Amino acid sequence: MVYHDDPLNLVISGVGGQGNILLSRLIGRSLLRKGYHVAVGETLGVAQRGGAVMSNLRASKKMPVGPLIPEGKAHIILSLEPLETLRMLVRYGNPQVTTITNFNPLFPVSVLSRKDQYPEYDALKEAIAKLSASAWFLDATGMGLELGAPIVANVIILGGLISLNLLPLTRDDIEEELKASFSPDRVELNLKALNLGMESIASNTQVSN
Amino acid sequence: MTSLAREAPGTRELLMGNEAIARGALEAGVQFATGYPGTPSSEIVESLARVANEAGIYVEWSTNEKVATEAAAAASFAGLRAFSAMKTAGINVALDFLAHLNYSGLGKNGGGLVMVVCDDPEGHSSGDEADSRWFASSESIPLLEPDSPEEAKEMTKWAFDLSEEFNGFFLVRTTTRISLSSGPVTLGKITFTGRKASFDTSQCISPYLAKLHHIDVLERLTKVAKAFEKSSFNRYQGPQNPELIIVCSGVGTRYALEAVQSLNLGKSVGLLKLGTLWPFPREFVEKHLSKTKQVLVVEEIDPFLETFIKKTAFESTTLSGDLKVYGKESGHLPRIGELRPDLVIKALATLFETEYVDREADYRQKVSDASEKLLIDRGVTWCAGCPHRASFWSIKKALQKDGRDGFLTGDIGCYTLDVFPAGDKLIKALHAMGSGVGLATGFGQLGQFGSEQPVVAVCGDSTFFHSSIPALLNAIHNKSNMALIVLDNRATAMTGFQSHPGTAFDAMGNKAPAIDMANLCQSLGCKVVITDPFDIKGTTAKLRRLLKEDKVKVLIMRRTCELVRMREEKKPPYTVWVDAEKCRGEKCGFCTRSFKCPALPWDIETEKAIINKAVCSGCGVCVDICPFGAIVKQEVS
Repeated sequence: MVYHDDPLNLVISGVGGQGNILLSRLIGRSLLRKGYHVAVGETLGVAQRGGAVMSNLRASKKMPVGPLIPEGKAHIILSLEPLETLRMLVRYGNPQVTTITNFNPLFPVSVLSRKDQYPEYDALKEAIAKLSASAWFLDATGMGLELGAPIVANVIILGGLISLNLLPLTRDDIEEELKASFSPDRVELNLKALNLGMESIASNTQVSN
Repeated sequence: MTSLAREAPGTRELLMGNEAIARGALEAGVQFATGYPGTPSSEIVESLARVANEAGIYVEWSTNEKVATEAAAAASFAGLRAFSAMKTAGINVALDFLAHLNYSGLGKNGGGLVMVVCDDPEGHSSGDEADSRWFASSESIPLLEPDSPEEAKEMTKWAFDLSEEFNGFFLVRTTTRISLSSGPVTLGKITFTGRKASFDTSQCISPYLAKLHHIDVLERLTKVAKAFEKSSFNRYQGPQNPELIIVCSGVGTRYALEAVQSLNLGKSVGLLKLGTLWPFPREFVEKHLSKTKQVLVVEEIDPFLETFIKKTAFESTTLSGDLKVYGKESGHLPRIGELRPDLVIKALATLFETEYVDREADYRQKVSDASEKLLIDRGVTWCAGCPHRASFWSIKKALQKDGRDGFLTGDIGCYTLDVFPAGDKLIKALHAMGSGVGLATGFGQLGQFGSEQPVVAVCGDSTFFHSSIPALLNAIHNKSNMALIVLDNRATAMTGFQSHPGTAFDAMGNKAPAIDMANLCQSLGCKVVITDPFDIKGTTAKLRRLLKEDKVKVLIMRRTCELVRMREEKKPPYTVWVDAEKCRGEKCGFCTRSFKCPALPWDIETEKAIINKAVCSGCGVCVDICPFGAIVKQEVS
């Protein structure tokens, strides 16, 4: 299913340092090439130091759009950390939203100091599924570690998104952008990650409402 | 990666607002650019620095914003097109010079001089939500504000022409959501002005005699106002006789457009978009507002346009006597924080007495249940392997053992995270760049009034050079009793590892003389000690000894930022793991609880500490933290 709403609203979230900005750039450039008005709003600066980070990506065929998504209006949430998926659902979720989550919990500093408790994993998964029209969970960081580069979890998640056909983008579109964004020695690794994400989403858990 | 300086007129690229501004400067033929990094402005000068050699221009990270604007002005005085960019906090630093520069003008053959200032509503990465547009009005400096990356490029370019035409510098103001957001930008032609620098010595460029120059400033503003009245950056779109007009600027323009579309009010609401904000385009505004009886003002931070619209309405003979102006002062939009599209939609819905439902009640309920039960905050924290985590660990221990209720005064950098959940809140006063040292010079005088508490200022290597040195001189000359800790991580880390006077390279990547801060402090007469923060025992002992001395003493805690080290060395120094046999688990929990490293959580089943391999940088400091020797490291070959 491709979302036909205009503008199309995509949230990419994670923890500072996980590489969500790369994702918003790759997808944004590809959509621009397809003739969309694209706007990307990003968290930079202090939040990049281990805080909750997100990109808002918007694309319209009709009109120039602003860089922020109104509350409750996301179509897709890609998240590199499950607590962050929930945070984004609370802010941008609605009964039609699709979520793809890298199920790789990273404890916030308040959990390390025992001021807060990280939610139980099953309860967290259930809450995400309950607030999503369809929810996908991947262990992208685990797959990245197997490739020797946990940082490519972001591109693995992107592979998942592409294989779901929710956006008017194909694998070739992303490949083109990867080739333009990375030095040749990194392209191969990222293409591997992209393929891995595409393959694994089919065999992975989807929870639909 | 494609270069920002490439010749590709007509190509559409996805550019961040800050990159678009840099491209605009290149298209205008800028030859000399300066700045000091600060979110949300850093990528402007960064982007220019990256292409400096290719584009044949000069770019520097200056010591601070005042020096940056002075250096850029010199290039302008000698006929070059010059440029400077900074965040709002930085324009405070530069304003002494800028206020006088606006009086003096740019001299006989002044090249176009453009300054960009980036406001940070919401204070995402700032200590205030200051609105720099007031500087423009209070100092009579012309100011433009773009509504998108595309317009940011075009306006920057135009500002150079205006600056040359009117012989004064121009300000371009952005906010975070313009500077750090990306949008489509159509590239234009890059101009290579190739001007030869030559300063006409038959003149003295100066604001003195102030009264005469004040006349020039006001006359310039009157002339600029005429040009602004005709600018296509101000435009009206909407019906002939709208029920309401939204006056908007900056990113608010896009939010206003979205609000009108979402509420389907295109037939009743017009948009009056302003791009030339100071001098206020009064006639243009008056002409369009005469079409309506209601105005909603959508702008970032303060009710600036709102103020001048009200003034215009008050003085106008053509506007409706009962023109209602809504916005921040009427409470339709918040005075605090950044604008968001839903805030504008709701304000408009209120004025039209229609309902805007962002989500149905039952989903809203589910969201609020999940949020209450499961959602916790994620505070910012030092990266795994960050030298600051180890530094603050030692400082905490030294102050505890010293036992005289000593405290830290601080300033702005990654170490500021001490006051966030990452740290133990040892910093007790935190304001502006270099202010930790300034405050400490004062605290260090309070012994004569009965204070027995030791005071320790902390600054970073970049803020040491930026504005700590004058305060340090003050402390030495006036015999203050204080310690200064320089958390020297060899980079301006928070904003993206830019160069500063202590690095061995400059903004353009060329080799540069690195100023030795230890020698500098020693030559001033301070006691100087250098330590490696990863040596926790040694660092704690050195600080304890220094605290006992009654003079100005400097402890340099020197270790390269982990992100920089990793980029250079590409592998961790150690492999680190937890010996589960020795780990006492939750019965102890000392390492996770007090060191709070993101790479050191615990296994939720066994409750024993574990190393998160995807996050660990292999610094090995936690090995010295564990009281039971349960954390082990092995050198990576």
